[in-house]
Amino acid sequence: MINYLPRYLFNFVFFTLVQVLVLNNIQLSGFVNPYLYIIFIITLPFEIPGWLLLLFGFSSGMIIDIFSNTPGMHASATVFMSFVRPYVLRLFAPRDEYQPGTLPTMGYYGIGWFLRYSAILVFAHHLFLFFIEVFSVTHFFSTLVRVFTSMLLTILLIVIAQLFSQGKKQGR
Amino acid sequence: MVTIPLTTDFFTNNDSCMRDFIRFIIKYHFAILFLIIEVVSLLLVVNYNAYQRSTFLSSANAVTGGILKRYNTGSEYLMLREINEDLARENAYLRSRLPESYRASKDYFNMVHDSLNMQEYVYRSARVINNSTNRRFNYVTLNKGRLNGIEPEMGVISNKGAVGIVKNVSNHYATVISIINTRLKISAKLKESDFFGSLEWDGTSYQHVSLLDIPRHAKVNVGDLVVTSGYSSIFPEDIQLGSVESVKLDKGASFYRIKVKLSVDFKNLAFVEVIGHTSRDEQIKLEKETEDD
Repeated sequence: MINYLPRYLFNFVFFTLVQVLVLNNIQLSGFVNPYLYIIFIITLPFEIPGWLLLLFGFSSGMIIDIFSNTPGMHASATVFMSFVRPYVLRLFAPRDEYQPGTLPTMGYYGIGWFLRYSAILVFAHHLFLFFIEVFSVTHFFSTLVRVFTSMLLTILLIVIAQLFSQGKKQGR
Repeated sequence: MVTIPLTTDFFTNNDSCMRDFIRFIIKYHFAILFLIIEVVSLLLVVNYNAYQRSTFLSSANAVTGGILKRYNTGSEYLMLREINEDLARENAYLRSRLPESYRASKDYFNMVHDSLNMQEYVYRSARVINNSTNRRFNYVTLNKGRLNGIEPEMGVISNKGAVGIVKNVSNHYATVISIINTRLKISAKLKESDFFGSLEWDGTSYQHVSLLDIPRHAKVNVGDLVVTSGYSSIFPEDIQLGSVESVKLDKGASFYRIKVKLSVDFKNLAFVEVIGHTSRDEQIKLEKETEDD
């Protein structure tokens, strides 16, 4: 587990910076806001203890919050996503269970599995985030449209990021 | 085989209440911790909605402000062309206001040493180092703060029109609530007819706001200019806000529904001016005394 540390530290800093400096500044028609930074939570190792997962979720969300002046908004959404993660992992467990030494990434479990797994987590995060942001259900459908459009772009970015990091690992 | 840790069973025999309780906590520690952290984050969100943001968690904070500033010096290179054009335009405008560009007429010459006609508004230029248009509550961060004479509640304008109102200041940075923030209302009027109302953003398009409270007997045409009313002591009178894009009058309603196209493009904001009102304290004090009577 300790071997993962530098890699995840790099992931954390890198994706946070990409989010704050690049993605927060592109806005496509006001409806699409990709949030790539959650890829850090999505790809954490299987064995990570629950409390650590929640703390990571909280801190990564909070850092994005501090940069975008929205205390608590991203933090609550990423914590919710981290809470859902173990259940989603269990739901999509392959017949012979997850193998030790593997990570929940596209390289180990294939694009089909990864798309299903990340789509649910991204959906949980975006749904929570956009509804907390609006803080009411008056604009229910327009918010839902924002959730889905942003979700598509986020997943696309996550898959692209995965393709880039796949190079050094062996395929399935 | 990897088991995903969710629950842990440390105690198997339960003889006392306390032990039961501890066992319960250990068993459900994941859910309990989740609830605690989630409640903390939601409290942050709610507090933020109810009270002023704590300066620590905003981009007026020195650390994040410093990083954003450094990033901005880089990204500004890419926009130099547009910024130059803006500055050139503003130069041309200012030059056109110079005494030399007016015809000198010496027939009527009038000089008064008047201590009453002091300067009322002071302008300080500042640079935008962070800006957003895609949220419901949009803020702008400026590279000047308290040490440069900027204080909360000062108006901020660009060469195209009003931008927002200063919210928090630290020593070197200031955050501004922009007009496209659903929390901000600005007192505005129609330049033609002087009817005044309040300008609000509905949170959808970053180029449009609504002008409310214009009574039905006013005459409103598409294309009319909307300017600040000067009632708030934050903005001087007649700072441009935008122009009327569409006018609607519901049956039986006593007020128009007016859609205004903003003159400032919030996606392209680099240099702004912060307006200080020299006698603002005096005005507010007087108004407060009158209200208290």
